Amino acid sequence: MTYLDHAATTPVLPEVIAAMSQAMTLTGNASSLHTSGRAARRRVEESRETIAEALGARPSEVIFTSGGTESDNLAVTGIYQARIAQDPRRTRILAPAIEHHAVLDVVEHLVAADGAAVTWLEVDDFGRVHADTLAAAIAENPADVALVTVMWANNEVGTVNPVRELAEVAHVHGIPFHTDAVQAVGQVPVDFTHCGADALTVTGHKIGGPTGAGLLLLRRETPVAPIMFGGGQERGIRSGTPDVAGIVGLAVAVKDAVTHRAERASAQATLRDELIRAVTARVPDVVLTGDPGAGLMDGGPSRLPGNAHLRFPGCEGDSLLMLLDAAGIECSTGSACTAGVPRPSHVLLAMGLDEHTARASLRFSLGHTSTASDVAAVADAIGPAVDRSRKAALAGARRR
Amino acid sequence: MRVLAAMSGGVDSAVAAALAQQAGHEVTGVHMALSRTPGTLRTGSRGCCTVEDAFDARRVCDLLGIPYYVWDFSEDFLDDVVADFLAEYAAGRTPNPCLRCNEKIKFAALLDRAIALGFDAVCTGHYARLMDDNLYRSVDLAKDQSYVLAVLTPEQLTHSMFPLGGWTKTQVRTEARRRGFAVAAKPDSYDICFIPDGDTHGYLVDKLGARPGAVVDATTGERIAEHDGVFAYTIGQRKGLRLDRPAPDGRPRYVLGIEPVSRTITVGPASGLDVGLVVADRVVFAGGRRAGFPVRVQAQLRAHGETVGGSADLVDDMLRLNLDRPARGVAPGQTVVLYGGPGVDEPAAGPSADQYVLAAGTIVRTG
Repeated sequence: MTYLDHAATTPVLPEVIAAMSQAMTLTGNASSLHTSGRAARRRVEESRETIAEALGARPSEVIFTSGGTESDNLAVTGIYQARIAQDPRRTRILAPAIEHHAVLDVVEHLVAADGAAVTWLEVDDFGRVHADTLAAAIAENPADVALVTVMWANNEVGTVNPVRELAEVAHVHGIPFHTDAVQAVGQVPVDFTHCGADALTVTGHKIGGPTGAGLLLLRRETPVAPIMFGGGQERGIRSGTPDVAGIVGLAVAVKDAVTHRAERASAQATLRDELIRAVTARVPDVVLTGDPGAGLMDGGPSRLPGNAHLRFPGCEGDSLLMLLDAAGIECSTGSACTAGVPRPSHVLLAMGLDEHTARASLRFSLGHTSTASDVAAVADAIGPAVDRSRKAALAGARRR
Repeated sequence: MRVLAAMSGGVDSAVAAALAQQAGHEVTGVHMALSRTPGTLRTGSRGCCTVEDAFDARRVCDLLGIPYYVWDFSEDFLDDVVADFLAEYAAGRTPNPCLRCNEKIKFAALLDRAIALGFDAVCTGHYARLMDDNLYRSVDLAKDQSYVLAVLTPEQLTHSMFPLGGWTKTQVRTEARRRGFAVAAKPDSYDICFIPDGDTHGYLVDKLGARPGAVVDATTGERIAEHDGVFAYTIGQRKGLRLDRPAPDGRPRYVLGIEPVSRTITVGPASGLDVGLVVADRVVFAGGRRAGFPVRVQAQLRAHGETVGGSADLVDDMLRLNLDRPARGVAPGQTVVLYGGPGVDEPAAGPSADQYVLAAGTIVRTG
């Protein structure tokens, strides 16, 4: 099997499995006062310290959650509610339309149910948010902005945003800045202190860690209201008995991702470029979506090194996906279809592509297990798959 | 063969896919998304485009160990089925959207795409049999769906597979239970899937707007009521006419005629419904062979109904069907399907499993 969907989820690292398996043999609620409880607490706190060190944060800035969606929801809702409690004029949220649904949908929920307003930040043709766009949006009325949220790197097209610059723009007016760094960790350098963000989302399963374990890095002084209530764990910001084994696994994965980032990023970028070359050799009119990847952004690549988002003119992404799946190659169309109907990607539409063009897309995402033979498999399968997909699209077009 | 199983999420298509796999075919499950705004959990009546149904179809594919995909046909469905449905009603005719969906979506858009992508056939859970290049009725006459498939051309049928044609519905449910399908006890769908609440009239008023006109008594020519759109009526309808005065003789009155241009509904006694001649166009020969016309047939005039014996002739590509005894409630827009087979000429002949489709056409006028 050729697995090229690491942006969806990654194979769990053997070290993570070993650490979690060992942790699961131990009993103990980290809030209990006896020996087992203290031992569990110790494992949680050591994991917190490991993660903080790897990501340039202080241990007290690490809030463990159930993953990226919860961290995004906590950051956006929690900061919004805390900011509005400080000053009721602060109803406006600034976000680009290319965010993951874990941000988009919570923003829309706050607009629909909690009196929020939103300014959607325009992105360029690569899907990037520019500092002057953010500055102009804030300037409309700096006093009414609750928070700014801009993802570090886009999960579909791989474009990396100028996070440090954007955070600086927000901070001119004292506005909190959140970034969803789910795709960034392990791919580009992520340093919480250096980047200037007030809140930063990380999840385990995109970096060889467990699903269901993630975290929000949150500055001590950033106002936030909890969205889950109970035992007051995680500084009262995120109640719920800590998942000790998940947290242990998450720490191993974060440390591994950061330690090996540079060498893996360079290896993946090489493979990714080879994949694009190989596909282009067989499908000359293929188009790379997003940042071309040659530039630099905050000391890292301007495009996620593992990401190849390609458009195949005249094809339908979902039929291509099926044909490649049948040939043993797993990738993604990038469009969510949880509601049953596959919709064209909101990211591509926000980047100015039309529905038809957006539907002609496939995302190949490489990870730590990717090899040259994966690229070779795509090279072998892509030509015939594109031919068939084009015929199918033509058959559909003839009918219409 | 490489077979694409169209999976609605119901029990029939689930068992059909299982049987195709059991027969040794390489099966891939595809759920057709027909609506851009799929309904949420629906109880009681069921359609075929809810999130629940997509989930049910996926679970069956999991059990069969076959790939599963959702394909979006919502645009085709809107253009070819929903728009056609509205246009037909607006023109005073009575369309059958399920039949149109088979003709334009399942065995056209889906089939074309499947063939282009390298599949050999599309498999569905319809109750009908393909034998010797003919489309036969199902052995379960209560479930027989040869009528809604009769509009398919031989080319379409060549690439079709109906594994349930030799099964009864009871057997299908038993097989689904035996295989552990959660859909084994799922209720059958009867409603038009894009009108989930079953209120066709309300749907038409909403989509077409009120278009008031007169209800006229066929005997006296008198204007006896108003209506808010001819689309609310179908030939032979008695209920919901909103006539505040009974007929002089007290007999029930039925819709006898629908005139969309003048927006006139004609009502009258049951005797006015009797039809002895049916003329149809858009004639299709499912078996690919034209019978030697004129020919004795059993004619079926609606999806669920008895058959009537008659003699059919083909004149200038139009079917002319003379019925042996009068039929009622026959409306332009409906499809007439002619069946042949042993015994179709018997005076007491009705639907039977050894009948096969000779031809189908769209009724344009009756007399």
